[in-house]
Amino acid sequence: MNRDTRRTRVLLALLLVTSISLITIDYRGGDSSPLDGVRSAAAAVFGPVEKVAAAIASPVSDAVDSVSNLGNGQDEVARLKKQNQELKRRLRTGALDRHRAQELDDLLHLAGAGRYKIVPARVIAIGTAQTFSWTVTLDAGSRDGLRPDMTVLNGDGLVGRVKTVGPSTATVLLAVDPESSVGVRLESTMEVGFTTGHGAHHDLDLQLLDGQSTVERGDRLVTFGSQGDMPYVPGVPVGSVVSVTGTPGSQTRSATVSPYVDFTSLDLVGVVVQPPRADPRDAVLPPRPASTPTPTVTVTVTPKPAG
Amino acid sequence: MPPARVVLAVVLLTVALAVQVTLMSRLPLPGATPDLLLLVVVALALAHGPGFGLVCGFAAGLAADLVPPADHEVGRWALVLTLVGYLAGMARDQTRRSAFVPLVVVAVAGAGSVLAYAGVGALMDDPNVTWGAVRSLLPTAVVYDVVLSAFVLPAVLAVARRAEADQAAFA
Repeated sequence: MNRDTRRTRVLLALLLVTSISLITIDYRGGDSSPLDGVRSAAAAVFGPVEKVAAAIASPVSDAVDSVSNLGNGQDEVARLKKQNQELKRRLRTGALDRHRAQELDDLLHLAGAGRYKIVPARVIAIGTAQTFSWTVTLDAGSRDGLRPDMTVLNGDGLVGRVKTVGPSTATVLLAVDPESSVGVRLESTMEVGFTTGHGAHHDLDLQLLDGQSTVERGDRLVTFGSQGDMPYVPGVPVGSVVSVTGTPGSQTRSATVSPYVDFTSLDLVGVVVQPPRADPRDAVLPPRPASTPTPTVTVTVTPKPAG
Repeated sequence: MPPARVVLAVVLLTVALAVQVTLMSRLPLPGATPDLLLLVVVALALAHGPGFGLVCGFAAGLAADLVPPADHEVGRWALVLTLVGYLAGMARDQTRRSAFVPLVVVAVAGAGSVLAYAGVGALMDDPNVTWGAVRSLLPTAVVYDVVLSAFVLPAVLAVARRAEADQAAFA
């Protein structure tokens, strides 16, 4: 086995042919691939391993998440020192637990506003960037009532949809995956379109179906809702328009949308196991920042009596 | 294949895969994800040669294809990592000549795995595989893998040699 012998080359050829056959079988199978059984068996076996690994890695990944929220700046050292002190202080008071409680609170608030019935879950594993797809694993599965094509959201808005389900884990296709296409509606004009993604570090692309429609920077989007509420329930906040491309009157209008959800630090999410009875429309969107009235100064001049 | 070698490889690859999906993907790094699984395959191939390397690569790749949150055709990583394991194993005798050889092997494996995986995807019209995506992954994949290999390769090689020595002592 140590040298490149004839036997080694036969083995190489054998395993390469096996790989290519598997790819072909799985590719031809599409949505009902004969390998789906193997896949869910692997999820059943390795899912618990991922849960344990995520629990062990949790302090490290929490620290990583806090650091990644720092952003960039010139006074890195001073700011990091300050942040370090702040983190130490917060660690002492169990801030990470409080942060998670806050996330859960936001999630319940959003679910309450839209009357979605949700199952909360945590992200335990994230797919590598080299696979060109944006997927995460949740620590809830078919035993918790999850099924494929359910909507996944968090306290900020739409996260994605359930793709495959194992007994105790589920794989979610994020809304930023190029394969995800989400039907959306503009809050202000009720125009309909769909968004597609380019990965977690990029904004979403919005295509409006009506070329005549007006779309402006700052317009906010909610999900339109799919037929039978699968895979997307209506009314979930998606993001806000940051720039508009294309001229009015062309075939379709497109715009760039900044998603409400930060896809680089996903932690607590909710899976909608029961859609709302009625479309919540824009009720779930966060309240618009109140415009501050500009004070007008009225000066009354009283003529002084001459004298 | 000596049983100790197989057990060690299974343990190392399982741990690498678990750390890969739970921790490595969470690192706030632009571009690619440091590929710990690839590095362990390369290290095992450098320790034991092309035959063992290609079997390790196939097993690791198949696991990466099946374990959640994988969402691509089963066999894509298996195909790529089988080749990586075989070719890295071929470079085993060269590693005694220079300390730079393992680094070159890792850099080539990092770039090659991204290109090969993308190539298979392109053959199947995978809409996610675009030239822009490949270009943004390629340089960072090579850099991260080379940096991480400075820690992973010596550790895995030392453990592998230790296991062989124990085996020899028993025999």
